[in-house]
Amino acid sequence: MEEVVFFGAAIGALGGAIAVVGLRNPFYSVLALIVHLISLAVLFLLLHSEFVAAAQVVVYAGAVMVLYVFVAAYVGGIEEPVWEPIPGQRFLAPLLGAALFVELSIAVLGSSLKALGTDGPHVADGFGAPSRIGTLMLERYLIPFEAASLLLLIAAVGAVVLAARRRSSEGGGAGGDGALPAGRDAAGFGAELSMRNAPGSAGIGGGGGAPLDTQRAAPGQLNPTINFSRGGASRGVHPAPPHPDTTGETPA
Amino acid sequence: MSVEWYVVLSALLFAIGAGGVLIRRSPVVILLCLELMLNAGNLALVAFSRMTGNESGQVFALIVMVVAACEVVVGLGLIVAIFRRRLPLNVDELRGLRG
Repeated sequence: MEEVVFFGAAIGALGGAIAVVGLRNPFYSVLALIVHLISLAVLFLLLHSEFVAAAQVVVYAGAVMVLYVFVAAYVGGIEEPVWEPIPGQRFLAPLLGAALFVELSIAVLGSSLKALGTDGPHVADGFGAPSRIGTLMLERYLIPFEAASLLLLIAAVGAVVLAARRRSSEGGGAGGDGALPAGRDAAGFGAELSMRNAPGSAGIGGGGGAPLDTQRAAPGQLNPTINFSRGGASRGVHPAPPHPDTTGETPA
Repeated sequence: MSVEWYVVLSALLFAIGAGGVLIRRSPVVILLCLELMLNAGNLALVAFSRMTGNESGQVFALIVMVVAACEVVVGLGLIVAIFRRRLPLNVDELRGLRG
């Protein structure tokens, strides 16, 4: 029975790991990692570590993976380019991974750990129970425990800083940051102008100025602006020429 | 089941994770592969804890989980910051470390 559960969970863990590496869409990779983590929790249960298994499911497969799912959905599916800076990377990387596996296996199985081939000693019922782990953590491993809590605090503060810094630097608008606000300003200006000119220029618009403007229009988000402000352009009031920065607005 | 099986499985998972870090170029997937490697280490720790009949390995595994959670928070924060600055999400093109 134990063998059946072990091989089932091992196949689940291996399949999840391979799917994480192999799937093209990051969102599916995250879902495959959840399968992998739950299979690992089953393996932890087989090894008599109930508390670690519960923490694995609750903390890892629950909380951490929610973060991943949100970020993968926020960033979206990004196609990895076919261009490779290192020739043959696609074939070299699995080879190096296989070499690492062989090396690790030799290092572990060739070591002098005589108990590796056994099932391990017979353990009492309470082995790996939360009370035993808690006692160990708060007595013998108190300093690593406190260091871990400090690390969590630092990571939380760091995440807040990473998220908040962007908002304060948005006013500066340097480099890539400035492209979007400038484009939005131009769009707002053009729309406002066309609104102001709309009643009088309904019949005048679409004259000689229109082809020129559509030629100058950048592909993408700026097109509506140019179309809106056509009435103003034919009158000689040239509203909001396309900002040079905004032409490269779509991310490369 | 002898402990050997678990350790070999852990080595295999670690190798898959390392290969994934080498082969993939999206930062999100690279973080996922790091998770694979950390979990392979966790499996080895718990297996050795079972082998010696001592729960210290399980405490280490829990601490590794804490470190992995911190790494995820900071890494995903960086990815979101990169995405908001409209930089390419490709580790081959993200070479500079300017603020």
